[in-house]
Amino acid sequence: MREIEASQITLTVARLFKDTNYNLTNDVLEALKQAAQNEESNAGQEILNQIIMNANIAGEGQFPLCQDCGLAVIFLELGQEVHIRGGDLKTAVNEGVRQAYGDGYLRKSVVDHPFTGRLNTQDNTPAIVYIDVVPGDKIKITAMPKGGGAENMSRLGMLTPGAGIAGITEFVVKAVDEAGPNACPPLIVGVGIGGTAEKALLLAKKALIRKVGDSNPDGEVAQLEKNLLEKINRLGIGPMGYGGRITALAVHVEVFPSHIASLPVAVNLNCHSSRHKEAII
Amino acid sequence: MAKIVDLPLNEEKIQDLHSGENVWLTGEIYVARDAAHKRMIEALDKGQPLPFNIQDQIIYYMGPSPTRPGMVIGSAGPTTSSRMDVYSLRLIQAGLKGMIGKGKRSKAIREAMQQYHAVYFAAIGGAGALIARSIRKSEIIAYEELGAEAVRKLWVANFPVTVVNDIYGKDLYADGQARYRKVL
Repeated sequence: MREIEASQITLTVARLFKDTNYNLTNDVLEALKQAAQNEESNAGQEILNQIIMNANIAGEGQFPLCQDCGLAVIFLELGQEVHIRGGDLKTAVNEGVRQAYGDGYLRKSVVDHPFTGRLNTQDNTPAIVYIDVVPGDKIKITAMPKGGGAENMSRLGMLTPGAGIAGITEFVVKAVDEAGPNACPPLIVGVGIGGTAEKALLLAKKALIRKVGDSNPDGEVAQLEKNLLEKINRLGIGPMGYGGRITALAVHVEVFPSHIASLPVAVNLNCHSSRHKEAII
Repeated sequence: MAKIVDLPLNEEKIQDLHSGENVWLTGEIYVARDAAHKRMIEALDKGQPLPFNIQDQIIYYMGPSPTRPGMVIGSAGPTTSSRMDVYSLRLIQAGLKGMIGKGKRSKAIREAMQQYHAVYFAAIGGAGALIARSIRKSEIIAYEELGAEAVRKLWVANFPVTVVNDIYGKDLYADGQARYRKVL
């Protein structure tokens, strides 16, 4: 049994949300630079260069990359040998979010009720927290601010198993086509296939925290990712939707076994300002 | 090379703006997003004045991140415009001549822009740190209780935008995508 203070979780969550809102990760930055070289459209190239410039300005000034600093999504992998002292886990996490969005001059974008009131909670809580209990005596914390524009273009399809790869492909490409310029392309496209409805959506979201450029270790799934990326980049939407070749930087697919009657497919998009950082304590 | 436009807009300047052009705006613009639009339409419904004289003005759909001490504003990029489609017609009829945001507008708003001679510009979504550099001054002028959604007046210099919808019915999103689309 290893003891971890709740306050340490708070500090880590706060640090991660500030860091990820100011500093674009190298994998995304490299993918954007590559995209700027590959983009055929002049307007698209210009936008990609400005997005890279934006990342430099934000990093240097500890300034948010985007004014939409997102809903605070947190994935926790909690080692089963860990004992948390000095407070409860979810309170500690929410306190970390409160501190990051307060001290870090990040925009608070949470309203208290989805359809009545809609009063801003003023501290960007509650966070959206997913906890997985895993072997070991450590806690892995992944902080992912999720902006509204891209999240609003999410899709879930409960396909029939007979739809197969062709049906999956059609559904995912259509979701990106319909999102068009709204989700701030070039995108990272997260796809979850299998499980139940909510499992597929969670897989799609988790797919977004994979390092850009890495493929699924399963060869067939990796092939599907490649085919989807190629088809999506034929849509012509381009950077910010002004027309071009680079509509997505990457497609990440995660799969899970499903019911004999089901083929759930979920799409969760991330804008080019794909923000997530992790730490292990 | 960007076209330089001094604000406010007028009929002559609007006629000279074409879909796909990069434009640098200099002058005063107003900021309002979802909650402020709802309030402004409620004001019009009650026959009350809008929080600013909307004639010939531009509204930027934006909710900034908080301002650090010594800075003019926080990160200040555009939000998705389609959520404002339900409100924009009334504002265009009241004299609004320009809108800045990101993403497609509804058919009704595109038609209204042709009929009433207004234009829709896009700013680069997710480039809020870069865009903030062209904002020289920011002042909350109404609905302060809405926080990030309050109505602001901005003084901008060489504020970078692209014309999406002009008064001639052209649409950069449709035309740009068609040029590069390779779907069977």
